[in-house]
Amino acid sequence: MELLYFGDKGWGDELFFATLMTIAVSITAMIIGFIFAALFTPLKLSNNKFLNSIGNAYTTVIRGVPELLVIYLFFFGGSGAIMFVASIFGYNDYIEINAFLTGSFSIGIISGAYSTEVFRGALQSIDKGQFEAAKVLGFNKYIYFFKIILPQMLRLAIPNLSNVWQITLKDTSLISVTGLVEIMRQSYIAAGSTRDPLFFYSFAAVLYLMLTFLSMQLLNRLEIKYSKGY
Amino acid sequence: MDIELMINSFPKLLNATLITLKLLSVSLILGLFIGLGFAILRMNNNKLINKFAYGYSYIFRGTPLLVQIFIIYFGLGQIEYLRTTFLWVVLKEPYWCAIIAFSLNTGAYTSEILRSAFQTIKPGYLEAGRSLGISSKIIFTKIQIPIAIKQSLPAYGNEIILMLKGTSLASTVTLMDLTGVAKYIISTTFKPVEVFIVAGGIYLFMTFIIHNVIKFLEKKYGFQT
Repeated sequence: MELLYFGDKGWGDELFFATLMTIAVSITAMIIGFIFAALFTPLKLSNNKFLNSIGNAYTTVIRGVPELLVIYLFFFGGSGAIMFVASIFGYNDYIEINAFLTGSFSIGIISGAYSTEVFRGALQSIDKGQFEAAKVLGFNKYIYFFKIILPQMLRLAIPNLSNVWQITLKDTSLISVTGLVEIMRQSYIAAGSTRDPLFFYSFAAVLYLMLTFLSMQLLNRLEIKYSKGY
Repeated sequence: MDIELMINSFPKLLNATLITLKLLSVSLILGLFIGLGFAILRMNNNKLINKFAYGYSYIFRGTPLLVQIFIIYFGLGQIEYLRTTFLWVVLKEPYWCAIIAFSLNTGAYTSEILRSAFQTIKPGYLEAGRSLGISSKIIFTKIQIPIAIKQSLPAYGNEIILMLKGTSLASTVTLMDLTGVAKYIISTTFKPVEVFIVAGGIYLFMTFIIHNVIKFLEKKYGFQT
């Protein structure tokens, strides 16, 4: 237990901040994923064949390729791509992007593909009459989407979104390969310097279990809140 | 776009695909047995056994696969006692550590899939079997298992694809699977996009095949209850 003391003696405070980092990356990735989902869900539902195939390509490729490979692509390719864009504008110095951004972005793209599928499914299972009624009543676009479609969509999407959250939370462990100090990376460092990998990796497992357990409790409450009236 | 690199790296990556497929098939077979075992335990009326099986699947589904591999590969070697037993022959090999982690992980998911499949079997089938005087052993092997397999095909297909992606983590314990070799080529050539296209293409091709095989099986054995 001494290994978990806070301060210089143990790894308690390091692991605490690493846990906060994991939460921060997961939330950022989830939000980036929502942005991607907001862009690609309309494409997937579009009648235009070309737009539709773009949407399908995104979800198929990301869901069919290992997360680790996607992370390597952004980790090794990210700064190259940004430097290329910068060189067009005449900036030729080396640019290194922050591990937090690369990590959240790559996990975000992955989580976005799952969220897209969830939103698509939710939108498709809303009764057609709801769309028609809203149009017939002449609501403007804002009310049409935010007051009529979105609340119904959320009710259907939240149970599946909590699965996406679980996947995203667990996927963040993979960005430890890029050197971002989250739970997995911190445990790796601690295990290396104390030569006690069994303890630290088991403790990491406990931390992840705690995070998944607590977030499930919260999400279940949200689910109950949104399914009020049904 | 470096086409030459893509062509040159293709045979290397294809070679590494064999390891990926080996890891996948061995862990799926072992995982199926583990999953079936725990699904049966989950349906046991004894509360303790039930809780144990639930705990197993909760722990393996609630933690990242990476942690599980690291505990088995780096962690278990630390126990002095284990080093003296025959288990050490298995546990010192990264290949077997990866297989153990993958099998236990997919076993947890499979047990959930099978459990829900068993629970959706209509009690009428079992009652019919019992009233015909069929022994409960035969009811299980000849009625419950075939129905459960058919019921769980779509979900199990997803699990196979998830596991295929999961095998990429073997590269973190020094195994040169498809992702491991891809990472090696990326870090020596600094051409991530080209390598990603080739390696990702191979993964997508495998996903495509698995998806269609499952679809075919669903059609062939598909059956409404």
